[in-house]
Amino acid sequence: MNNQLTIRQSKTQSKTMTASTSTRLGALLAAAALALAGCGTTVGATDGGADGSASSAGQSVAIADGWVKAAGSGMSAAFGGLTNSGSGDVTVVSATTEASSMLELHETVENEAGEMIMREIEGGFVIPAGDTLSLEPGGNHIMLMDLTDPLEAGEEVAFTLTFSDESTYEFTVPVKDYSGANENYVGGDPEPEMGDADAGADGTGTEG
Amino acid sequence: MPAPGTGAGSGRGGMTGSTRRQFLLGGAVAGVGAATAIGADHALNTTPSTEEASVPLNGQETVPFHGTHQAGIDTDAQAHGLFVALDLLDTTDRDDLARMMRILTDDAARLTQGSPALADSEPELALSPARLTVTFGFGPRFVARAQGEAPGWLKALPSFTVDRLLPEFSDGDVLLQIAADDPLTVAHAARMLLKDARSFASVRWSQQGFRRAHGSVRPGTTMRNLFGQVDGTSNPAPGTADFDQVVWNGEGWLAGGTSAVVRRIGMDLDKWDRLDRGGREQAVGRFLSNGAPLTGTNEFDEPDFEATTPIGFPVIPEFSHVRRARSENPAERIFRRGYNYDDRPAGGAVSRSGLIFVSFQADVARQFVPVQTRLDQLDLLNEWTVPIGSAVFVIPPGCSEDGFVGDTLLTGKQAPQ
Ligand code: HEM
Ligand SMILES: [Cu+2]
Repeated sequence: MNNQLTIRQSKTQSKTMTASTSTRLGALLAAAALALAGCGTTVGATDGGADGSASSAGQSVAIADGWVKAAGSGMSAAFGGLTNSGSGDVTVVSATTEASSMLELHETVENEAGEMIMREIEGGFVIPAGDTLSLEPGGNHIMLMDLTDPLEAGEEVAFTLTFSDESTYEFTVPVKDYSGANENYVGGDPEPEMGDADAGADGTGTEG
Repeated sequence: MPAPGTGAGSGRGGMTGSTRRQFLLGGAVAGVGAATAIGADHALNTTPSTEEASVPLNGQETVPFHGTHQAGIDTDAQAHGLFVALDLLDTTDRDDLARMMRILTDDAARLTQGSPALADSEPELALSPARLTVTFGFGPRFVARAQGEAPGWLKALPSFTVDRLLPEFSDGDVLLQIAADDPLTVAHAARMLLKDARSFASVRWSQQGFRRAHGSVRPGTTMRNLFGQVDGTSNPAPGTADFDQVVWNGEGWLAGGTSAVVRRIGMDLDKWDRLDRGGREQAVGRFLSNGAPLTGTNEFDEPDFEATTPIGFPVIPEFSHVRRARSENPAERIFRRGYNYDDRPAGGAVSRSGLIFVSFQADVARQFVPVQTRLDQLDLLNEWTVPIGSAVFVIPPGCSEDGFVGDTLLTGKQAPQ
């Protein structure tokens, strides 16, 4: 393998994608597992604009080195580098996955007490043209707020990002065992369920 | 690896040009201080100019990961080798094994090429691969859990009278052989792999071994063990048809794979000290100076087992290690790729050392067991050596970029050509 992830930028149509996102998580994982060697892989992109322009945000963005943190229940987080190869800035406004009933786009900031906390980012993730946005522990990330099933190491999880132009981008990433990413959470949910035993024990929400 | 035709004497020659320059660069970094060090560091992280490219740092050397065979077998042995055996958790089933091997394969594929693993919390430690290889092996229980067909030889070796085996150095469900020319690289790779394995398996044993540091002797020089012997001379040479025949298995999901026997063998250096040089050479049948057979002058001279002394005794004694280890049957050969170990002495002794004996062969029962059986019956070297650990693993074939190590067993995928 090259050092970098192999990104297969297939131009799958929106029809196929809608179909695949509505399958059971298990089936999706199995299908992904066949195609993958533990690498984040682009599954497809759609142009959301009615004009069908060739340069929608969903077609300009690709993920590299993506992964999501293993967790038994509650919360987790997904990371990776989102590169915008298009000529205009793009904005990720939401994310979905069958692995969690709710997702948020999070940033990590310092509060008045000097602690690092994560919170929903206002206006979504902006990726300037030609730039890469790093989603990483202790920084920006996609927050899985309420896992539908345990995320077990080595599984593959599919995500769909939606951009401000309504186009979408789908990718899958592997689940990794990781003990970091335990920032405090200040969000709408007053008592978030904990993602893993460690985080639960010390009373902090877990980033992933 | 000994290259046939490389005379023993040539091993003593000066450094090659590039090795020497590398050495000088290393000296400069250490001696001249921060400014030079930063310069060297900077050079690493930018596109090398032609001048820089002619002085490659060994830390930047990589061994390809994907292919027909796993790396770390026909790879010129690196300076540091770590052998870790894992026990599968009771809950780990066939699907879990596939998930585990997919993740571990991805880690190994990245780390061996000098890239951090996914979720690598110390990514800087991945940037000097130093010829890192990660070789995976499976024990009997792994293949059973995978519901695969196990080769008949995949089981503990028969017990030998010389054995004093300790469970803490024996058996195991998964083998990780992690080797590189840099011990920090090995430690980081091991930690990354073990973190990713911990939801499937626990560490059973771990053995750390070493050879000469990179750059101490010419590349290709046969290693020396802690008895001072040249060890590895009569190995089949990687890249030859002979090697391929001795090492690679061609059957079913195992095609392109092999087997590994890992035995921890204590070497009683204090007792060895009491033996004079002539006695030491008789015990093995080779000269200590350059590893030549007692009937020859150069390391790679063929031993003449028929030659006799003026009073009629064989020049290479009947009880010597090489005489006993060599079979008349050409099928009974193995490829040895061991590492020295040097533990903290215990109980008033001044040393607790030995050899992590590692051999690869297509078929353990056909190739290894007859040799070990003969050595068990008679081998003067047994006076100073005692096996204290033993494990047998099947080494699955290598994988392609869209596969993972073990996929021919776990998904029925065809082995890469
Ligand atoms: C601490 C234990 C051991 C030591 C110190 C040792 C040392 C040596 C040395 C110095 C040689 C001669 C040079 C060479 O060809 O490599 C040799 C050869 C050999 N050894 Fe060992 N050895 C040990 C254990 C074993 C074991 C356990 C086996 C296999 C069961 C084995 C099999 C062989 C074979 C097959 C050869 C080559 C014989 C030939 O020339 O055809 N050795 N060993
Ligand atoms: Cu978060």
